[in-house]
Amino acid sequence: MKIYDGGKIFVGLIIFVGLVTSPFFFNRGKSNIVRDPKAAQMMQSMGLQCVEPKAFMLPNHMQLLDEWRDSVVRKGNRLYKASDGKNYVMSFQNTCMNCHSDKNESCNACHNNLAIKHTCDGCHNSIAVKPYCWDCHIAPKEKKS
Amino acid sequence: MRILFSFFAVIALVLSAYAGVKIANLQFLFGVVIPYIAITIFTLGFVYRVLKWGSSPVPFRIPTTCGQQKSLPWIKQNRIENPSSISGVIIRMALEALLFRSLFRNLKTQLKDGKLVYGEAKWLWLAGLAFHWSFLIIFVRHFRLFLQSTPSFIKTIEGLDSFLQVGVPLLYMTDIVLLGSVTYLFLRRVFIPQVKYISLAADYFPLFLIFGIAASGVLMRYFYKVDIVGVKELAMGLVILKPVIPQGIGVIFYIHLFLICLLFAYFPLSKLMHMAGVFLSPTRNMVNNSRMVRHINPWNYPVHVHTYEEYENDFREKMKKAGIPVEKE
Repeated sequence: MKIYDGGKIFVGLIIFVGLVTSPFFFNRGKSNIVRDPKAAQMMQSMGLQCVEPKAFMLPNHMQLLDEWRDSVVRKGNRLYKASDGKNYVMSFQNTCMNCHSDKNESCNACHNNLAIKHTCDGCHNSIAVKPYCWDCHIAPKEKKS
Repeated sequence: MRILFSFFAVIALVLSAYAGVKIANLQFLFGVVIPYIAITIFTLGFVYRVLKWGSSPVPFRIPTTCGQQKSLPWIKQNRIENPSSISGVIIRMALEALLFRSLFRNLKTQLKDGKLVYGEAKWLWLAGLAFHWSFLIIFVRHFRLFLQSTPSFIKTIEGLDSFLQVGVPLLYMTDIVLLGSVTYLFLRRVFIPQVKYISLAADYFPLFLIFGIAASGVLMRYFYKVDIVGVKELAMGLVILKPVIPQGIGVIFYIHLFLICLLFAYFPLSKLMHMAGVFLSPTRNMVNNSRMVRHINPWNYPVHVHTYEEYENDFREKMKKAGIPVEKE
């Protein structure tokens, strides 16, 4: 098979194949996200639980926070009745950050070998999500290691 | 019929992914095996199609020009619409690939009060441009799931795309634009009679498939949420060649992934190859230098030529007898 204008065709094809396979090359020798279920179990065994179960919080926390904000800022209602009947004060800095106190490194003390840290930024950074909480709220201090 | 066939084909594919994951628990098949097969078919098929096109000679200059050709020095040449240099062709191709310049010239021809009139028809150009650009941005955005640390330009694109800060998770403008434009591109095939007449199942199927991909992605992001960190684990597993199937990713993710795999596998077999074809269009990518360079047809073969001189040598006596004038006595 004779290829006419072979130079240009092959340059184009090399660019194409390079782009398609680039994720494989960029990630050569990289490791996957490692999630340690022990951290969550430890939290539970210590009697620490979020306002709703983990299965709900993980995908829906941003919507819950949004509803809390609207409820507090627009309606002045700070009382949250959780699905298990417990009452919580809707407050990001007093309720959420009571446990999630360090957006960078709170679990790092025990789990410093994790590629993904059990913190806000641990997950957020791993999937490149940049929440704009800290545009208004005072961001918790980060320990620079 | 052609519409319904394509529609139900996509529905059947969605259902098969749903059944495969939800009932048969074939997560490994849908999450690992099919993606690898799809990307292999895509890459090899794409290269094969391009090489096949490359093996066709284009001996003569056939650019479709719409501007003044290079001529006498005092006549102003249109360097882009009638390029006589490589740089002109590069600008022309860039405008074509990035802004669909030839589609911008799209005209509508109709009879009005017995007269033939030509009107502007820019909606196809606008919707096509919106569709392709939003698709590209969405495609690039997804690289946050395939790269361990997301490069800053992808974060910038994401930031701009979600700039309106509507709702949580932040609404991406491109999601709306893609769904809107693909709907328009479908409706125009249905409502314009001439376009409907020439539309085939192969025209409707990619539209439904892309609509399915966009819709499942939107549902997954805003409504039936999945464990996004698990999704990244799966995606990273694929690209570091150590596939994993994290537990608890919702079935909607597998439907989304399956439709994308089908799009990739279907790509080299279909009209979607215009992605490579636009760069290989001889009517666009050629320098119009017919008057400057002699182009020789590569399939010319040596023809035995019988010149007039030889002819006269053969028949001189007979010609003289018949009174026909000859050049040499």
